[in-house]
Amino acid sequence: MKNRPLHIIGKARRRVDARAKVTGETRYADDLNFPRMLHCRLLRSPLPHAKIVSIDARRALALPGVHLVLTGADMPTTFGILPVSQDEHALCLDKVRFVGDPVAAVVAQTELLAEEALALIDVEYEPLQTISAPEEALSHPEPRIHDYGDSGNVHKAVALSFGSVEQGFAEADHVFEDTFHYAGNTHLPLETHAAVAALDPDGKLTLWSSTQTPHYVHRAVAKVLGQKPSRVRVISTPQGGGFGGKTDPFGHEIVICKAAMMLGRPVKICLSREEVFYCHRGRHPVLMKLRCGVKQDGTLTALHLQTLLDGGAYGSYGVASTFYTGALATVTYHLPNYQFEGCRVFTNKPPCGPKRGHGTVQPRFGQEVQLDKIADKLALDPAELRLRIVAQPGSLTANYLRVQSIGLADCIRSVVRRSDFSNKHRKLPYGKGVGIACSSYLSGAGMPIYYNDMPHSGVQLKLDRSGLVTAFCGVAEVGQGCDDVLCACVAEVLGVEVADVKVVTGDSDLSPVDLGSYSSRVTMMMGNAAIAAAERAREIVATAVADKLGVAADQLVFAQGRVFDAAAPEKGLSFREAVVLAEAAAGTIGTTGSYKPEKPAALFKGGGVGPSPAYSYTAAVVEVSVDPETGWLGIDKVFIAHDIGRALNPTLARGQVEGSVYMGLGEALMEEQAFRRLPPKLSSALVHRTPSILEYKSLTSLEMPEVDIELLEDPDPNGPFGGKEVGQGPLLPIMPAIANAIFDAVGVRIDEVPITPEKILKALAQKAAGKPGRIGPKDFPSVSYPAPLFVPTPWQGGDGRATNEVARPKDKRAKNV
Amino acid sequence: MLRLPEFQLLLPQSLSEALALLQADPEHSSILAGGTDLLPNMKRRQQTPARLISLRNVKELGQLTLSADEFCIGGSVRLRTIETHETLSTELRGLVQAVSQIATVHIRGTATIGGNLCLDTRCEYYNQSQPWRQSIGFCKKKDGDICWVATSSPRCLAVSSTDAAPALMALGAQVQFCSASGLREIPLSALYQNDGIHYLSKRPDELLTLIRIPRRAGQRSAYWKLRRRGSFDFPLLGVAVAVQRDEAGTVQHAQLALGAVSSRPILVEEVAALLIGQPLGDEQIRQAAEAAYPLAKPMDHADMSLSYRKAMVKSLVTSALREVRGDDVSQDRQRLMRVLG
Amino acid sequence: MKQPISLIVNGERYDTLCQPNLTLLEVLRENLQLTGTKHGCELGECGACAVLLDGEPVLSCLVLAMECAGQQITTVEGLARGAELHPLQAAFADHGAAQCGYCTPGILLTAKALLERNPCPSRSEVREALSGNLCRCTGYLQILDAVDAAAQVLREEQR
Repeated sequence: MKNRPLHIIGKARRRVDARAKVTGETRYADDLNFPRMLHCRLLRSPLPHAKIVSIDARRALALPGVHLVLTGADMPTTFGILPVSQDEHALCLDKVRFVGDPVAAVVAQTELLAEEALALIDVEYEPLQTISAPEEALSHPEPRIHDYGDSGNVHKAVALSFGSVEQGFAEADHVFEDTFHYAGNTHLPLETHAAVAALDPDGKLTLWSSTQTPHYVHRAVAKVLGQKPSRVRVISTPQGGGFGGKTDPFGHEIVICKAAMMLGRPVKICLSREEVFYCHRGRHPVLMKLRCGVKQDGTLTALHLQTLLDGGAYGSYGVASTFYTGALATVTYHLPNYQFEGCRVFTNKPPCGPKRGHGTVQPRFGQEVQLDKIADKLALDPAELRLRIVAQPGSLTANYLRVQSIGLADCIRSVVRRSDFSNKHRKLPYGKGVGIACSSYLSGAGMPIYYNDMPHSGVQLKLDRSGLVTAFCGVAEVGQGCDDVLCACVAEVLGVEVADVKVVTGDSDLSPVDLGSYSSRVTMMMGNAAIAAAERAREIVATAVADKLGVAADQLVFAQGRVFDAAAPEKGLSFREAVVLAEAAAGTIGTTGSYKPEKPAALFKGGGVGPSPAYSYTAAVVEVSVDPETGWLGIDKVFIAHDIGRALNPTLARGQVEGSVYMGLGEALMEEQAFRRLPPKLSSALVHRTPSILEYKSLTSLEMPEVDIELLEDPDPNGPFGGKEVGQGPLLPIMPAIANAIFDAVGVRIDEVPITPEKILKALAQKAAGKPGRIGPKDFPSVSYPAPLFVPTPWQGGDGRATNEVARPKDKRAKNV
Repeated sequence: MLRLPEFQLLLPQSLSEALALLQADPEHSSILAGGTDLLPNMKRRQQTPARLISLRNVKELGQLTLSADEFCIGGSVRLRTIETHETLSTELRGLVQAVSQIATVHIRGTATIGGNLCLDTRCEYYNQSQPWRQSIGFCKKKDGDICWVATSSPRCLAVSSTDAAPALMALGAQVQFCSASGLREIPLSALYQNDGIHYLSKRPDELLTLIRIPRRAGQRSAYWKLRRRGSFDFPLLGVAVAVQRDEAGTVQHAQLALGAVSSRPILVEEVAALLIGQPLGDEQIRQAAEAAYPLAKPMDHADMSLSYRKAMVKSLVTSALREVRGDDVSQDRQRLMRVLG
Repeated sequence: MKQPISLIVNGERYDTLCQPNLTLLEVLRENLQLTGTKHGCELGECGACAVLLDGEPVLSCLVLAMECAGQQITTVEGLARGAELHPLQAAFADHGAAQCGYCTPGILLTAKALLERNPCPSRSEVREALSGNLCRCTGYLQILDAVDAAAQVLREEQR
């Protein structure tokens, strides 16, 4: 496929599912209706932490129209997304861990009736002490929220040391120490989670669900309900947004499966907006401390990063999230010595998990703001400082991440040029400012969530005499456009129109496994699998055509719906005629392609988190206006450059960049998953402060600034047609660029997110009073991190192993996500 | 999806029919005058009236008329009608600015002016679902006995969140109520009581039928609103001013009102008094802003910190007075409120 | 008690039975199976359920179905001209204005109402008109582009 001219890839094009979306014909999970369908609602815990003493559902069951009440005892098997954190029950079994934890389910003739019946379920609780914050979790090992984890209410504590930070600090001219806090926030997909379960005419269980990870849901349903996976079919319906919020298997999915099996009738559940705040799995609140050694010229000598994550009530992806807060610090700038310590604690709040930029967003904020402080101190232009220290392409980082293409320097130059950064930085009038920040993100996690040697993505193709190509793949359409990417990759290789490719996706009965829409992995992995399958099909067709035309197969061109001789383009036939020849010659045509990333170079425990086939790079400049009287913050313009390798469909790529910028702005300015702890003397309550889409603030069209984008296309050797991710990376530089721009505008540092007018005004008042003009955490608590694993860096002659690690069984490795 | 509880829906075709229906059982009836506040509250079971009396078909209440000396706006006139009314937008600019910043364009297409004036008071402990409120043991406003905003407070501290009321109060509006026993008219400011539960002086058997606003030649009015975003959000502070000056620029008449700072919108006549007989100079504006500041008593029950909401009183009073003075504050408006013009 | 009700949706009359406590949203989606109208909160806080009532954008989650009798209701299903997409739909498809597509029906209808009263809106006016519709995917910019492109097409049609 090398060096063939591209006809579809790289051209802006209407996505294949656009028509259905603009006509309202896309069938989201809640749009599905079946005869005899029943409705399910969940009773959720009113207490943040309590033992369940008893549940009496007799009054609810007595209500006419109520068909079933389920409780935890009906599904006692645990599940969870990570093999190391199987800590959830479909419905709480013996205790509740946060306000909103599901306790019982009612299945009734109507949704309203099911809701009303919830009030008739009598649950007796024995309250336990509320653990509301990380500091409390550290100081109160008892009562334990879970009976597993590293200790007390510490879920996971990790420590990794690459090279010697002590030596690095000794070599430094300056050592900077800063603490930052990044508040938790949530995905807020416009579609609330919904699912329908039914038995098919053969009695087989089918689940339609708005899930980003149908494969992992499939495994969880089969496990909890004790079903053979072959007797469970999971279909991922097109989702109304996910952003990571629909990547865990959820109790409600299992509950309706159980109910459908017991009742023999279809059962639907559609969560309310409030319930989505309880499902959460969003951005972890992270407190972090960064010590960074720098030489006078800006060269980094060492970084010591400590993080403390408020995990909420369950494991979810938390172990991976913890490692991710330390994994990607090394891929943007060359860091010779690096030490990372991370700790995740349990608290009585909805569980945190993966949100766009999973775990890397928070430390990136700290790192990029600290770099701005470093540039200020060293009197260097912050863009110039970054250009001096950009990591080298084709290298191994201190923590053994294998980085191929790095377009970061070009990204920096692009935004600096387009924003006229150098003529604005420190030169604009008081109240106006510019800030720069950079980032990097994975193009797919290098390791699967459960350890196995199978492909991460598989594509099957069916070609027949009609000329139609059907592509089957288990990917989940969150809205990002994976169906379009699948079509485009296949159509490009076979030289047909995208309209001649039909995709069948996200159906465990029909499509080969793809691990799901998370970690920006789909384009990379499904794309490569699709290319592989299409190349095989192309070979079969080419062989038959070559025979017929008397031309060497490798002389044939597949383009514009024809197969023809490169030397004599008029000599050829239509793709349909070509398939007829091939079907006659080779029999029914079906091919497969699969993709599995290369094994990571890291061989130490925890090294499974961070490796990726390719890393995208982003730089952003944000221009802000700050009103010194009110602290009011306006975002005037965003300039962003993203190293995408290749934009497969530039319309979609641009949408991902703008959507990422938008979501980053939301996190920077207003989004916050905030809680209220009532006065402990009067109440043990700990509630989500405002579980509503009105009071959980997100940007409207009025707050969204114009965004000036450049997509930098330097194809990556591992990417499909050279493509790298674009769905998450462009979010990361926005928050720090804003913080840096505010400093440029009015000279105050807001070392926490979100950055609100209140905080800016307060910082300005402090500065005016002669105190430091800074809002942010004052100190970092004492955390008992374990002794670090010592891993010599590649330049110290290391081999990717830790020197002090005991050999461990292969399948116990920390899993990547 | 969230669903409404069961109720009896009554769709009277005339005012007299509506009043008769209301009179039959006022305690168990709610007026559906748009419903964009009532229906969400019902879906969260904050209110569960047995009867809803819809005013949608009561044509008499949907009239908007102007005479030589006053504007008359029927209680059921939609916010969108007010927002897009040309004469209003020049003569009652403050009202139109307030109305056009209520919620969203969709809601303004359904909501009515009477509904906004009677808007239920709001609080983060109250505007929540039944299960959420259960998890805090409920609050004084509904099913509980503690005001969680200030646990020693003898009264409910839920906040008045109407944008239209301060704007209309500054404009000197009167409101008319009809009931089966007759008609009465009071200054709009007398409709409100500083109690999050009993926030209206209106009797349950009364309908708010008409708003009368005097026309004052040369009067200028403005409304400034603090909130996080340029749409959707309820006010965290509303400042309404109306000023009439003579040809020499001396203030003949002035009125200021603050919204979202207590359980009722407050007419700050003592602040207005500072302006009357004076030119509208920077110093007078500064004094007015200083005087308004201590009158605002925001509490911790809405978005943004209460110290910030209080601090913004000075800034918004200043901006609003500068706007009626004729200063070009359009950029400030755009920046703070993200609104056009 | 269910009561008979006649609704005029996309120019067609539908007779159905419904309880007084059903919103227009519920009747459209559940009684009439017109599931193109979406819902994200049912409290008037997101704009996903927007439809046109006599040409004006309203939230179907905050209007009782019984109150809509006799009025012209337009939903996303009524936008296309037969098999051909409405210019707004075509522009949304071409400009990437629909990512997940969940906010799309409400935005399309709100934009339609805008262009009917203002055929040549500025970008700021489009932003303002759509400020009651939340979108979590696009960051709105491709939506603004699409409305602008559709407005041009519609203006040319009017010539």
